[in-house]
Amino acid sequence: MKDFEPKIIGFLCTWCSYAGADLAGTSRIQYPSNIRIIRVMCSGRVNPMFVVNALQQGADGVLIGGCHPGDCHYQHGNYQARRRITMMKKLLEFLGIEPDRVRMTWVSAAEGRKFAQVIEEVTEDIRKLGPMKQVRRKNEW
Amino acid sequence: MMKKINLAIALGATCAGCDVAILDLNEKILEVFDLVEFKFWPTAMDFKLDDLKKLKDKEVDVGIYHGAIRTTEDAKIAKILRQKSKVVVAFGACANFGGIPSLANMPFEQDMFDLVYKDVPSMDNPENTVPLTSVKINDVELTLPGILENADALEEVIDVDYFVPGCPPMVPLIEQVVEVLKLYANTGKLPPKGSVIAGTKTLCEECGRTKPEKISFKEFISPQEVDEMDPDLCLLPQGILCLGPATRAGCDGLCTKMNVGCRGCLGPTDKVKDHGLKMISALTSLLEVEIEEEMTEEELDKIVDKIPDPLGTFYRFTYGKSLIYKLHSEEELI
Ligand code: SF4
Ligand code: SF4
Ligand code: SF4
Ligand code: FES
Repeated sequence: MKDFEPKIIGFLCTWCSYAGADLAGTSRIQYPSNIRIIRVMCSGRVNPMFVVNALQQGADGVLIGGCHPGDCHYQHGNYQARRRITMMKKLLEFLGIEPDRVRMTWVSAAEGRKFAQVIEEVTEDIRKLGPMKQVRRKNEW
Repeated sequence: MMKKINLAIALGATCAGCDVAILDLNEKILEVFDLVEFKFWPTAMDFKLDDLKKLKDKEVDVGIYHGAIRTTEDAKIAKILRQKSKVVVAFGACANFGGIPSLANMPFEQDMFDLVYKDVPSMDNPENTVPLTSVKINDVELTLPGILENADALEEVIDVDYFVPGCPPMVPLIEQVVEVLKLYANTGKLPPKGSVIAGTKTLCEECGRTKPEKISFKEFISPQEVDEMDPDLCLLPQGILCLGPATRAGCDGLCTKMNVGCRGCLGPTDKVKDHGLKMISALTSLLEVEIEEEMTEEELDKIVDKIPDPLGTFYRFTYGKSLIYKLHSEEELI
């Protein structure tokens, strides 16, 4: 397991978390390269299907990043994402998939350092969980 | 004089509710008898599998199959039906999506046989008797079909031409099927392959309940916990879980009319690959929106924890055909 490098898909909202990731980059803050970032307009755009599809296609974990509560560019998107992901994690848990593979975080455009920290944490958490046991399937979506 | 249609109705892991639904056509069933020649329908008439086997290939015009594929026998019958039929119809939620039997595809830590024959509290089985596929008694070998690892939709085993969902399909849908048969008998024409004989929109669109502009779904409550139900208002703002927003129309709100939330037996609409995730999306966008800002994580967890069985709630009929199920199955490597 020592060599296991988790693959993590990050859905980041363009207005806050993605900008935060950008800042981390331009400030030359180091963080693990395990995350593959996909930019979305808002964390509320993240359909649970995205998460399941990512896990099904070989991701070991999924991170959803949005603006801090109250700061969403579309007002309610991050609240919606929070409820959606919470319920979805309950389903994953019921099915025996570690719910901690899916995580939500709030990172603002000014929080480059926090972004790097979150990525470090998430990478370590997923590394502990080990690879997704399930085998990759044809993408049928 | 129109030619009679050769019809076969075969079954797999079924509760036979689908057969009863056909008989629910009442006097309309007489029309069916005028229209078709039954080549196989073991539930209602005296047919044996050999009767189906004896037919020439494609001798059956329309082959209907209900029930999931649970045993090797189910799969065998499905394959024979395919070979003998020009078109095959998956009839009922079980044949369409795996239905309720497919809930057993959940990855139990324990073997399903142990659970059912040894460990359920109601089981008293000190000798650990379990069904075997073959046993010898006085030198005579008795056999039973083997159980497959998963209960699957018909489409996983054979090519399917038409889909009639529902648990069981409702009389108006079966009447539509009869119309299709009539047209076929008269003109030889059939709908495009892959057609789903049911509505195309969601149930909410045909449900007569009024939908307020803003809906906030409070916590999950059971119908018996509601003091007084508003018979005209959408069920969601009343706290009754209803799968209408994610479910295909076609039943005319059979359950919602009776103040019971839709459980999703018609499955999702076209293009939706995962009924449950769609419903989770729809439901959580309404969940306690009025207090979303004040709600803490703990409060949210508490509300969500009120769903005791997310699988049975969101995938009661469609687990066997969901994307989430495929997170588990280890076949079909790429
Ligand atoms: S679809 Fe419903 S009625 Fe038909 S066999 Fe399955 S459980 Fe029974
Ligand atoms: S959610 Fe249910 S009760 Fe409300 S409109 Fe839709 S189908 Fe009708
Ligand atoms: S309301 Fe829902 S569960 Fe009831 S018959 Fe219609 S589709 Fe099926
Ligand atoms: S725009 Fe950032 S969460 Fe909605």
